[in-house]
Amino acid sequence: MTLVAERPGVVGRPGEPEREHGPSGIVKWITSTDHKVIGKSYLVTSLVFFCLAGVMAIMMRTQLVSPDNTIVSQHTYNELFTMHGSLMLYLFAGPFAFGGLANYLVPLQVGAPDMAFPRLNALSYWLYLGGGVTMIAGFLTVGGAADFGWVAYAPLSDAVNSPGAGPDMWIVALLLTGFSAIFTGVNIVTTVFYLRAPGMTMFRVPIFTWNMVVTGILILIAFPVLTAALVMLWADRHLGTHIYSVAGGGVPVLWQNLFWFFGHPEVYILALPYFGMVTEILPVFSRKPLFGYRGMVFATISIGALSTSVWAHHMFTTGVVLLPFFSLMSYLIAVPTGIKFFNWIGTMWRGSLKFDTPMLFAVGFLVVFLFGGVTGIFLASPPIDFATHDTYFVVAHFHEVLFGSAVFGGFAGLYYWYPKMFGRMLRESLGKASFWFMFVGFWVTFLPQYLLGLHGMPRRIAEYSASTGWTSLNRVSTVGAYLLFVAVAIMVVNAYVSWRRPIQAPANPWDGHTLEWATSSPPPHHNFYRLPPIRSERPLWDFNHPEHTTRKYEESMHRGNRAPASVPVGDGARGGDGVEGSGAS
Amino acid sequence: MKIESYVLLFMAAFGAVICAVYWFTSYEDAGSIMLGAFGLLGLLPGGYYYWWSRRMSPRPEDDPEATQAQGAGVVGAFPSTSIWPFVLGAAALLIALSLVFGFWTAIFGFTLAVSAVIGVIVESRRGGVL
Repeated sequence: MTLVAERPGVVGRPGEPEREHGPSGIVKWITSTDHKVIGKSYLVTSLVFFCLAGVMAIMMRTQLVSPDNTIVSQHTYNELFTMHGSLMLYLFAGPFAFGGLANYLVPLQVGAPDMAFPRLNALSYWLYLGGGVTMIAGFLTVGGAADFGWVAYAPLSDAVNSPGAGPDMWIVALLLTGFSAIFTGVNIVTTVFYLRAPGMTMFRVPIFTWNMVVTGILILIAFPVLTAALVMLWADRHLGTHIYSVAGGGVPVLWQNLFWFFGHPEVYILALPYFGMVTEILPVFSRKPLFGYRGMVFATISIGALSTSVWAHHMFTTGVVLLPFFSLMSYLIAVPTGIKFFNWIGTMWRGSLKFDTPMLFAVGFLVVFLFGGVTGIFLASPPIDFATHDTYFVVAHFHEVLFGSAVFGGFAGLYYWYPKMFGRMLRESLGKASFWFMFVGFWVTFLPQYLLGLHGMPRRIAEYSASTGWTSLNRVSTVGAYLLFVAVAIMVVNAYVSWRRPIQAPANPWDGHTLEWATSSPPPHHNFYRLPPIRSERPLWDFNHPEHTTRKYEESMHRGNRAPASVPVGDGARGGDGVEGSGAS
Repeated sequence: MKIESYVLLFMAAFGAVICAVYWFTSYEDAGSIMLGAFGLLGLLPGGYYYWWSRRMSPRPEDDPEATQAQGAGVVGAFPSTSIWPFVLGAAALLIALSLVFGFWTAIFGFTLAVSAVIGVIVESRRGGVL
């Protein structure tokens, strides 16, 4: 039923939990338009796709463990790397962030009762689920799933070279998930622009939410281009148009231009939300305000803008792109990313660090992403790119970037917000074990791949001969992949343990700074009974620690000449189950 | 409302500048058109927000000194349950699958889509469960 949401007052009703009216179970899953239910649905669905894609990766690494291996056929191998990439990029990394965590957290962080368009939000989820299942179902068709790589370059993706229903289902799936992403982007941007709580000015919005705004704008820039390109690809395959085929006067490189105009902003659509998660986690576990809040915001906006003008650095070897322009723009992206790294380190500098599991994953993200970023700067140089294009060097580079952000950053976010979402804690010991398996496994998997790339091993090959000398490095890499599998398995066990033997999560287990911790875990319908006064970018910290408020800090930093206002507590009942810190300071 | 508009207008300005630079250095049409469209995407909503931000008094969420009481009142109507997004999603899936398996799935798809549209309108008018 439609509920009219009112703003929570400072002194709300006493905190008795609101009875959940309405359906439960599968009916709730199908009919709910609550952003928290949809966010959790997105989260679980995307993690299922992550596990499926991970199994495909394990199969590929097992195939490559020794020369001339025949565990899977070459055709199956092509399907595996295509679907691994497609699932990870289109169905896991993006939807996990902007559909799962952002959907859940953005309204909470800005103090809103729900997303701006709840029914559109639910439609996004159903389009995403339908698209994802369609893509996987390609394996059930006669010719198998799509096997032209996740980039679907023309002319390989035309009706002659990739016949059958599997590739068509891949195209259709991307149309559906593309629309789902566009709707979510609109929803997030509108929510942040129109539904913020009083006092929550744009420069007090948590960085995660800022990053989601920029991500939402990038989605609106990038995904329509992909949708249009896919419709033209479908027309080439079925209607006899020749947009991407030389035979009819078309231009195959046009596909690459369109795809990468989507594809490179997409990389930042996948990375920026995870930057945001890490930016939320580092100050909380350093027990300091974020160093350089405004710098972070401007860096995010710059990354978003620059990411639209670097697409052809994926196309250096086509010989028809403007090398100096794209090389220079790609180098420029390193500047705002460097600012972010500087600020992350500045946040931790001389803080009182607590290495709980979310912090471990966040620091792991910093290390891994830095290596991915630095090798990205190598690849932005055309001479180096000519030598390493389509080798395992590139594979290792983008796995460091994407695994670093989506898995290390994503797991950091998952461990950090899991208590808020599910009302129960994950086990620290299992979490730490999972982190160390993942961190070690990660380097064992991908460092050898850099060397393999420099030794000339091309990507996307199912077999290699022993005379190439690539065997031992491939063996090491495969062992690393199994370690990663163990790490994810420990995570699954952790979720199972917390489900069977729950430890109740308090409202604010980490002594967090932002508004999502001001409500119960999990939050009630329409999120808040009362809100603390919002006077800085970390309102809850000010409320719980008035002696260490950031208010004075913000006054002196940004509006030096204004007299400091009174300490912003006192109106409103302090404590209560809505706002309480677990740790004293 | 001002900062929101500045974010989008910055995107518009960046798109326009980079479109001009790219066009005059490469004369490549596909990329230039997309960069120009990116500029327009920032300009339209950004210009709209900017136009409004000059004509409205700051909202409580734009006021750094606002109290929670200033924002009291109705925020909006948020449906808590609705079956129609699911129906419309199923309709979209069936229509999309007609691109693979032929037109017959679209017949069911369009039927569901029309029923979802009718359902959502009736639901909104009643303000409750249909």
